[in-house]
Amino acid sequence: MISVREEKIVRLTTSLLGATALCAATSASALDFEVTHWWTSGGEANAVSKIAEAWNATGNTWVDGAIAGGGDTARPIMISRILGGDPMDAFQFNHGRQAEELIEAGLLLDLTDVAEEQGWKEKINPPSLLDACTYEGRIYCAPINIHSWQWMWLSRKAYEDAGLPVPTDWDSFIDSADELRAAGKVPLALGGQPWQATGAFNVMATALAGEDAYLAVNRDKDAEVAGGPDYAKVFEAAAVARDFAMGSNVQDWNQATNMVITGQAGAQIMGDWAQGEFALAGQTAGTDYDCLPGLGEQAVLDAGGDAFFFPVQDDPEVTAAQKQFAAMLLSPEVQVAFNAAKGSLPVRGDVNLESVNECTKKGLDLLAAGNVMPAGTTLLSPDTTQQINDLMTEFWASDSMSAADAQARYAEIIANAD
Amino acid sequence: MSTTHDEVSSLADGPSVPARRPVRFLRNWSAKLATVPMIATALVIFVGCTGWTVIHSFTNSKLLPKLNWAGLDQYRRLWSTPKWYVSIENLAVFGALSLIFTLVIGFVLAALLDRKVRGEDVFRTIFLYPFALSFIVTGLAWQWILNPELGLQSVIRSWGWDSFTFDPLYNARIVIYGLLIAALWQGTGLVMCIMLAGLRGIDEEIWKAARVDGIPTWKTYTHVIIPMMRPVFVTSLVLIASGIVKVYDLVIAQTGGGPGGASAVPAMYVMESMFSAQNLGQGFAASTMMLLSVVIILIPWAYLEFGGKKRG
Repeated sequence: MISVREEKIVRLTTSLLGATALCAATSASALDFEVTHWWTSGGEANAVSKIAEAWNATGNTWVDGAIAGGGDTARPIMISRILGGDPMDAFQFNHGRQAEELIEAGLLLDLTDVAEEQGWKEKINPPSLLDACTYEGRIYCAPINIHSWQWMWLSRKAYEDAGLPVPTDWDSFIDSADELRAAGKVPLALGGQPWQATGAFNVMATALAGEDAYLAVNRDKDAEVAGGPDYAKVFEAAAVARDFAMGSNVQDWNQATNMVITGQAGAQIMGDWAQGEFALAGQTAGTDYDCLPGLGEQAVLDAGGDAFFFPVQDDPEVTAAQKQFAAMLLSPEVQVAFNAAKGSLPVRGDVNLESVNECTKKGLDLLAAGNVMPAGTTLLSPDTTQQINDLMTEFWASDSMSAADAQARYAEIIANAD
Repeated sequence: MSTTHDEVSSLADGPSVPARRPVRFLRNWSAKLATVPMIATALVIFVGCTGWTVIHSFTNSKLLPKLNWAGLDQYRRLWSTPKWYVSIENLAVFGALSLIFTLVIGFVLAALLDRKVRGEDVFRTIFLYPFALSFIVTGLAWQWILNPELGLQSVIRSWGWDSFTFDPLYNARIVIYGLLIAALWQGTGLVMCIMLAGLRGIDEEIWKAARVDGIPTWKTYTHVIIPMMRPVFVTSLVLIASGIVKVYDLVIAQTGGGPGGASAVPAMYVMESMFSAQNLGQGFAASTMMLLSVVIILIPWAYLEFGGKKRG
């Protein structure tokens, strides 16, 4: 869209100004490279500008195609543009099963030659990230960062205001939640977008039911485990957490994070991308906020994250630029600049973030110790994810749906999962 | 009316007609030629795409449409999904109430304006203005008005009524009424204008006759005027009903389907299945059900309205 409009403007100026505008026309066609993504919160926008700067430095022009409203809003727009024959040059996705069919249909660019040339296989750690980009032996996406969901963020200000010690695990959080509520704080901030409820639930599942049970449900689609006693504990805990989340009344995840930053809320269960918001607000881990990987219970991180895919285009010049862009994303400079701003971890084992805060360090240590499991988006199809999202958002917003009812429906979804 | 009807039927009769009455078919050929693009559009887009959708609802298409037959699986799943039931229940409640209230409020406002009130133009403009706003703007404005922290509730509480609670958008049980308020605010103005036009079309002599016979005003309305305004009511009904079936943008703007999916509507279910869940087959099955429900309501009504006896 944007390039068409610019072309029109260029054409208009050509007719008006003649020779002068010809220069403008050639420079505009140098290469406008449109990248669509849904990184629109403050911390995210800051991080994405690092990639844009690096890309503009190569002599190409970054055309920003940010889509507000999160992945659930952005993904349909991106897909319909690709299917509708108006593809962007690069787009952000969570790697995993979301792009499966686009690859099958031959709509995405094969990056295997770039990957081999750059030695991605040796550099990318954990290797599961590259596996998630691989389809039938070919590589179709460039992973950019590692994000893990299994974090709880705690506001020191909220607990200090209430005169309480900052919790160190899930149980002590539960114990102090009522007192925190009495002090006029929302114990647990939770935004209204469905994926947040599902995410929080899955974090509780890995922390309280354990990695084995989580993988049995999400990877092996074992409905018996989903309906069994391990998950019953998780649903009970979620029912408790649901009461603590009442009164959040916000939609976006970063608004919920902001409640923790300002001390209106005690805690939030959210992935490590929340760190970008804390950083942007000038807060420091360990003095203004605390983090509990795995809710302070069982700390296993899921190595999910973001990746860039590239729609197939006819113009060989664009294809070359796409490959150049893919290689640039994994360069040490971009990895460091981007991930430091976003609060995520680099995908290369061989780069060092100059200044690592306390929470990022905890994450790196867990990663190095191998406490890693595959991310939900690589295990479940979008269809199943949507069904679980629907159930979770209904459960978290309801005051009448019992834990047992929710668990029965959950087990049914898992039983029918593809 | 009757000529157009004949023309349409002669057109529909197809190839046999020109053989017998070539002159009649060629009459007004330029006008007929001009309608060809619209006829083609209607056939390809409405009939063609509807057929395509229905066919693909029997497949297990995921992100891309494919012809892998899955029988009635998509429909079976649709009718075992709690969210679908919530959606149709919401549509039924919203539809029934918005139909009744829009008609009643629209007619009452029109009747009041028709009593030759002073400043009629001003009122008419005020009532019609919301209709100039899109559903997105309407939804957003009412989202703010009904937000407990910054809207109506906080205003009334700041006046001293501390226990006042009115937060329909955050209460799963009554969220649909929050949507209804916004929809009525937006939609009644138009219906009022149509009704007003209908009332103005009533011959002054009828009012005089009713007055001479000593019939009370309200009885004149219910027994004489409203039956005479039947075509106007039908027009309003069609407008309102089509708005109800496709209600989507209002929900997206006002609640996003929340809280907890309690204000979901069928159109939203279709969109989410098709794009978020990447399950086209399920979305097509849901949209086919929407089409079917419209057809079930529309065909008997169309038959009664247009089939029975010819109107002039």
